[in-house]
Formats: sequence, structure tokens, C-alpha cells
Amino acid sequence: MSLSIIESCVNCWACEPLCPSKAILEARPHFMIDPRKCTECDGDYADTQCASICPIEGAILDGFGEAVNPPGSLTGISPQKMAEAMAEIQAR
Amino acid sequence: MIELNILGQDENAHTGGGCSSGSCGSTGDQMSHLPEEIRQKVFNHPCYSEEAHHHFARMHVAVAPACNIQCHYCNRKYDCANESRPGVVSELLTPDQAVKKVMAVAAEIPQMTVLGIAGPGDPLANPERTFETFRQLTEKAPDIKLCVSTNGLSLPAVVDELCKHNIDHVTITINCVDPEVGARIYPWVFWNNRRIKGKKGAKILIEQQQKGLEMLVERGVLVKVNSVMIPGVNDEHLKEVSRVVKDKGAFLHNVMPLIAEAEHGTFYGVMGQRGPTSDELMALQDECAGDMNMMRHCRQCRADAVGLLGEDRGEEFTMDKVEMMDIDYEAAMVKRKAVHEAIEAELEKQHKGPNEALVTLGGMQQRETRPVLMAVASSGGGVVNQHFGHAKEFLIYEASPTDVRFVSHRKVDLYCTGGDTCGDAETKLEKIIRTLEGCEVVLCSKIGFEPWGMLEDAGIQPNGEHAMEPIEEAVAAVYLEMADSGQLTGELPENNQQQLIA
Repeated sequence: MSLSIIESCVNCWACEPLCPSKAILEARPHFMIDPRKCTECDGDYADTQCASICPIEGAILDGFGEAVNPPGSLTGISPQKMAEAMAEIQAR
Repeated sequence: MIELNILGQDENAHTGGGCSSGSCGSTGDQMSHLPEEIRQKVFNHPCYSEEAHHHFARMHVAVAPACNIQCHYCNRKYDCANESRPGVVSELLTPDQAVKKVMAVAAEIPQMTVLGIAGPGDPLANPERTFETFRQLTEKAPDIKLCVSTNGLSLPAVVDELCKHNIDHVTITINCVDPEVGARIYPWVFWNNRRIKGKKGAKILIEQQQKGLEMLVERGVLVKVNSVMIPGVNDEHLKEVSRVVKDKGAFLHNVMPLIAEAEHGTFYGVMGQRGPTSDELMALQDECAGDMNMMRHCRQCRADAVGLLGEDRGEEFTMDKVEMMDIDYEAAMVKRKAVHEAIEAELEKQHKGPNEALVTLGGMQQRETRPVLMAVASSGGGVVNQHFGHAKEFLIYEASPTDVRFVSHRKVDLYCTGGDTCGDAETKLEKIIRTLEGCEVVLCSKIGFEPWGMLEDAGIQPNGEHAMEPIEEAVAAVYLEMADSGQLTGELPENNQQQLIA
């Protein structure tokens, strides 16, 4: 199994030095995880390191394609609240 | 005869005799309370000296993208060229690129004395990139002061590495000393290979910040503490923070206003957390400043800012332009030395003899006149030299029978540079007038007919008669005119009452 990074990644470099398997590649348009190297930190850390420092909700997916950090889990802004704020801004 | 003392221009504090603290309110500049060794370190640092910032420039390089905590006033997704906000940059540099850029800027803008690394993430969460940049600059450009700004989480771990470089200032952003408060500011920190949320995370951050502060002070490194004022969250608490950090040896405490708008997508922005009003900010700054009233000119620069405070010449030094420049740093250092000496001589001249630092108000009997706030449009150099319509910020001075004092700056338009998407001109003017609330006069080099009328209607007198004059002298002259015409003895104009009572 392997984690993956998707396009919402902001290329902030936070994950890259933490990976115990050196599976994270600086790539464009966004960083990538080499699925052949990723171990999901099994045997090294209790928590997957990249997903534990990533500041962007939804940018890292687990082996099942689910967001490790779902919307609202890091910022404390619930998806509903964010949608309301966005609607309010659009309506200006 | 009364004399107006100009704070920040009278460096001869020792002649003040007996008055060792700012509380006496008569003489002494913002730095006079500092031990000589600290004064020597900061006198030409634009961020620490109100006076130096008119003459010396600074730059930041964005080499540190990663962060190890989340703050509710930050959104790591944001990167917009129109933004002017700490933690926001457009161009991330490698250490080699950063060094090249710094040397190019230092050669082109010889007034540049200080290089800071402030982000866009946390410099110490990117130790390799940050320290590689410092290591090369310490070696190649020894005439540049280095400084770093951090949230403090990784500080204790790298203090000794920091001390190896040419760094004599560190800024720690400390918003709280109580984990209860911290949990409302920091949703998580990354510590010992885990993401730790809530109060527990905030407690770790606070412990590391305090430990880092103590370790730096022990090693003789100057520490400035920045705090973001968040009304209803830490505004009252910051007085306690101020006491604690000063006790531990921080040499100054800079309280900055929260910047939060929904369109930034930050927690505070989306949740509608307001920032402080100018009055609230000034009141708290007064309370926290004590003897450390040195940061009123702080501009909350972007992490890639270049130039004098309040200006950004970053566009002239994008990496593609820097790569084209052929820099002879040896020659540049000679030129820089000459420029620095000339500025220092000029500053020295301004300070010579207390009489030159005083504005004498001839022909005026000492009388009880009330203080007046005035806004000044200036693009730098310490003179009134900006068109009202071009001002992106105003410097606020308080004139009273005893002195003319710089109290703060107010930004007109924090985020938007105008244009079609930003509403019509009238709204913008109304916004400026709101920004100037509490001021009775606005000094500028020129002003259009329409804003003139609107300002007058709002009880703010526009004044273009002092163009190109030194700010303090211009403010003093206007104050004297107001006093002479009897404007300062009666009741306050209605829209200004609250300001001065508060």
C-alpha cells in the first residue's frame, strides 16, 4: 500500500525530509510519492509522517484513495462553514 | 516660548539628566533606554529604529516554505501577487539563488543593511535551507546583518547552530503563554513525529518558545517578540505575555494587528474574527511598550520584501533579472561602506546638540492646549512628500505642547491595489477617511479637489502647504497655527472626542 499526493499540494516541502523511505519526490506541478518506495511508515512511525505535517486538507490520500486529512480536520473550518463563506464572497 | 521635543531625533539622552525611563515624557528617544551594546546593534536596523527606517533598507528571502504548526491567521494555500501579507510570497528560492539575490540587492541598493529569513513557512522548520543561506552570506557578504523570525517550536534545538552565524537578532512570534488561549490560536503543531492538536499542542509550542527565548538571551542574542493582537482571544492576555517576555530578557515587544478577511480562507477570516481598530491597537501597544516603544513603524512586511519599509522593490529583483546581473561584490562593499558612513554622519549631524533636535515654537506663550493627531503622507526620507491619492499608508503623529511624537502608521488598503474588482473610487475614499479616524489634519504634498472636500466634511483638515518639509517640523508648525488660531483651547470636534479620551 502507498499514500499519494494530489494536485491540491502546495509544494511546501514539509513532508519531503520526514519520509523514512525517501519516497517523496520534488515534482511539478506538485510533489509525488513513489508507490514502490512508500511503506506508509510501517515499522518506522506510528503515524504516516507526510500526512502528519501536511497543512493542506485532502492533499494526501491513503491506499484506498481516501483523504488522510479530510476537510475541516486541520483548519477547524467545517466544509459547511467554508461553503457559506465562499457563497458570501461570490455574492458581493 | 515652548519647545517641541521630537522623540526619536534626540539621541543625546544622557544629557536629559535624571530621567531614565520613558515615563517622564519629556526627552529621550525610543532607544535611549537601551544599553549601549544593544543600541550599537540596532541603530542602523530599519525594523528596530524609527529613525533608521527612513534611511536603511532591509530585505527578506523566501527560502523556507515548510511549517511545523498551523496558526488560525494563516492559510498555507495562499499565494497571490496582490497580497501584501506576512507569510505570503510569490517566488520560492533555493539557498544559492537567495544568496545571489541578496548580493545583487546589496550592490544595487547600498542602503540595504539587513537580510531576514521569515518564511513563507517557518525558517527553523527548514533548517538546511535556512542555515545554508546564512552560512554562505556570513562568508560572502560579511557587511550584511542577518536575522530570522520563527514561531519558536524548533528554536531550542537549533539555538547553537544559529549562534554560529552572523546573527544578532531573532524574532519569536509569541501570541500567548497560556495553553487555553493557545488552543484558540493554534489548531495543531507537529512535534516528535506526530501532529498534536488543541491545548496539548499549544502547551508544547509555548514551552519551546519560552525555552528558546531563555537560551537566546543566555547566549547574548537580541530577541524581539512579535504578537498578533486578536480581539476577544488574546488582547487582554498580551499584557501578561509582555510582562513575561520582558522579564526573560526580550529587548522589545511588537504588537501587530490581526489581518483577517474571509477571502484569505484563514480560520479567523472565514469565521468572521475581526481585527483590532486603530484605537484598540494603539492602546494595547502603549500598554505593552513600556520602555520598548520602538516598533510603531512596523509594516508587517511580506516574506520576500525588498527595500525601505513600506516600499517593496521585489519586482526589480526577480530571479530571472538577478541571473542577468553581474555583481562585483568587492566593489559593492566599498560603495556600501561609503553610503553607510554618509547616512550615519547625516544621522549624527541631526543629533548634534539638543538644540538642533528641537523645534522651537517662537512667540507662543506656554498654554494648555490639547494634543492633536495628524496623518502624514510620505514616501520616505522623513519628509512630507507624497500625493494624498498615492498614499498607501499614513504616518500618524501626535502633537502636544511638549512634543511631536510618531505614534503609528495606518495602512489604507491592506490587500487590494485598487482596480475594477475593488469597488468604485468613492468607496475607496470613504475607506481612507475611516482609516484616518481621530486625526484632525492630514499633511501631504498635494491633494485633489474631491478628496479635499470630503476630508473637510469629515472634520479632517487637508494641508499641502508643507510639501518637502521634515515631517516633525511640519507637524509642529501646523500645531502652532492651530494653537494660535484658538482651535486647541475649546472642546474637541465631536468625531475626535473618543480618540483622545481613550
